[in-house]
Amino acid sequence: MDSRSPDSLSPGPDAAAATPAPATVDLAPLRRAARPRWPELAVWLLPVAAWFLLPEDLALLTQIAIMAIFALSLDLVLGYAGIVTLGHAAFFGVGAYAAGLLAAKLGIGDPLLGLLFAAAVAALAGLVTAPTVLRGTGLTRLMVTIGIGMMLFEAANKATDLTGGVDGLQGIEMTPILGLWSFDLWGKTAYVYAVVVLLVLFLIARRIVHSPFGLSLRALHMNPARMPALGVSVDARLAAAWVLGATYAGIAGALLTQTTQFVSIDVLGFERSAEILLILVLGGAGRLYGALIGTIVFVTLHHVLAGIDPEYWQMWIGLVLIGIVLFARNGIMGAIDPFERLLARKKTEP
Amino acid sequence: MTAPALHTRNLVKTFGGFTATDDVSLTLAPGARHALIGPNGAGKTTLVNLLTGVLAPTAGAVFLAGEDVTGLGQHRRVRRGLARTFQINRLFADLTVLESVALAVGERRGVGWRVWSPVGAQGEVLDEAARLIETLRLADVAHRRTRDLAYGRQRLIEIALALAVRPRVLLLDEPAAGVPTRESRALFETLAELPRDMTILLIEHDMDLVFRFAERISVLVSGAVLLEDTPDVVATHPLVREVYLGEATHHA
Ligand SMILES: Nc1ncnc2c1ncn2[C@@H]1O[C@H](COP(=O)(O)OP(=O)(O)OP(=O)(O)O)[C@@H](O)[C@H]1O
Ligand SMILES: [Mg+2]
Repeated sequence: MDSRSPDSLSPGPDAAAATPAPATVDLAPLRRAARPRWPELAVWLLPVAAWFLLPEDLALLTQIAIMAIFALSLDLVLGYAGIVTLGHAAFFGVGAYAAGLLAAKLGIGDPLLGLLFAAAVAALAGLVTAPTVLRGTGLTRLMVTIGIGMMLFEAANKATDLTGGVDGLQGIEMTPILGLWSFDLWGKTAYVYAVVVLLVLFLIARRIVHSPFGLSLRALHMNPARMPALGVSVDARLAAAWVLGATYAGIAGALLTQTTQFVSIDVLGFERSAEILLILVLGGAGRLYGALIGTIVFVTLHHVLAGIDPEYWQMWIGLVLIGIVLFARNGIMGAIDPFERLLARKKTEP
Repeated sequence: MTAPALHTRNLVKTFGGFTATDDVSLTLAPGARHALIGPNGAGKTTLVNLLTGVLAPTAGAVFLAGEDVTGLGQHRRVRRGLARTFQINRLFADLTVLESVALAVGERRGVGWRVWSPVGAQGEVLDEAARLIETLRLADVAHRRTRDLAYGRQRLIEIALALAVRPRVLLLDEPAAGVPTRESRALFETLAELPRDMTILLIEHDMDLVFRFAERISVLVSGAVLLEDTPDVVATHPLVREVYLGEATHHA
């Protein structure tokens, strides 16, 4: 019970005449829910501002955009569908190698074709792994995701003819994007390319999370046991989210390959899976902007701290992360939540 | 002759050596108002779990409209028109009332796989959800999150979710548990107004409510059906009095 308890009691049939509680449901707030809002525009001005303010750092900024896509993909899987994974780099790596091999071995250097190919291969990898991952729950599931990540890493490590093993995959030549923009030495094309892909994928994700399917993922995350009682097959929804996340991760990996023209075996590394989880938790899982904010804050922190203290930066970053996660349990976006709800309340209850 | 809306044949469920459901053959005629009563631990919820497919029976079979559904998963039975409420709320804490009900209505209408249009654009789903919310007198809190509501009002969401399925058979596991008396009256008025072609099985400890609602009553004791008859007969039956001595007041 809280201070609002009087209005949280049902009026009941006899009290209905006395209490002028609204008898009809106003659908307008829900109809408005998916509309873009002002703060969102501000976030998307950041990459534009960065272009002008940090022209020397375009390579780093490109990495941020790619990492943000990767974080977004984990957000769909973990933040929305609630599947905890520590093997998400598997799909990032699959996408990176798919794009790399397509260019290096088959000589197909068209970037967009490469993205599509990587997306398809990663989606397939998602489809293949889904039954195994989703069979278990909790810790079992987590172990399976780690196992899949390790297996892929070893496979890439052993298949040196194909992947170059620890030396990495070289000989990746990219043709101009749409035949118009070639990748330049200053990384301008690469930056714009990565940001545009991020924007497109973000808008698609935004649409999906506001859809009935997105609502079902959120609900399933909150209470999986209830969903079958509504006639929903939980496994099918989770599998769909898993494949979607894999696809996004694959595209992120492909972008890294294309913008660096190289694939290091690190793309499949466990550290990458752990780092992206950190980033998402830091930014706030279950909110698309959490993935973006988390990436920006993490990479910036990393960069700044490594500049100040090249030797012990990891310790500092660990300290900052623990601090943030302790004081804002739902990440940076979670810390904004109460204010947002207050605003929303004011709007619906004039 | 039409098939019963729901029936079971010699249903048995054991947990280890313990028999929670003991050879239950229950029949609900179409449109039945049937109550299931029995002391705590009698196996009422276990029976509902067997009927809905949450649990697989050790032996026996469950039929929905004459069709054997024993091997079907929960969600498949729901799609065939079998809905339930849970004795303890199982809700979506961070969804608003409207979102929760729209989710349930949308899933029944088959829009749950739509990825490209917003929830707010599902006109028919939202309208139906709004009507249901109004029927359950939740309109004033439609935009509040479930977790911010008192338990008694959350209970109404539990019922709204089940009704959103538009069930042919509805299983209510102590729908008024945790609801203040005044509100439970209103709740039962709503239940009494449900369409007559909906078959309802009610589990309830408050005998007043049971006798007002039910046309037939089964008494479950230690997993087995002790007797099944009309409320008049059950009310005066010596065996029932024996079982219920001191029990009815205990739980209400
Ligand atoms: N999953 C389980 N594992 C082991 N025992 C169980 C399980 N579920 C229920 N039981 C036991 O089965 C018996 C019947 O439980 P059930 O919940 O069906 O009773 P009930 O009639 O619904 O009681 P109440 O009126 O308290 O809700 C109880 O003794 C309970 O401990
Ligand atoms: Mg029970």
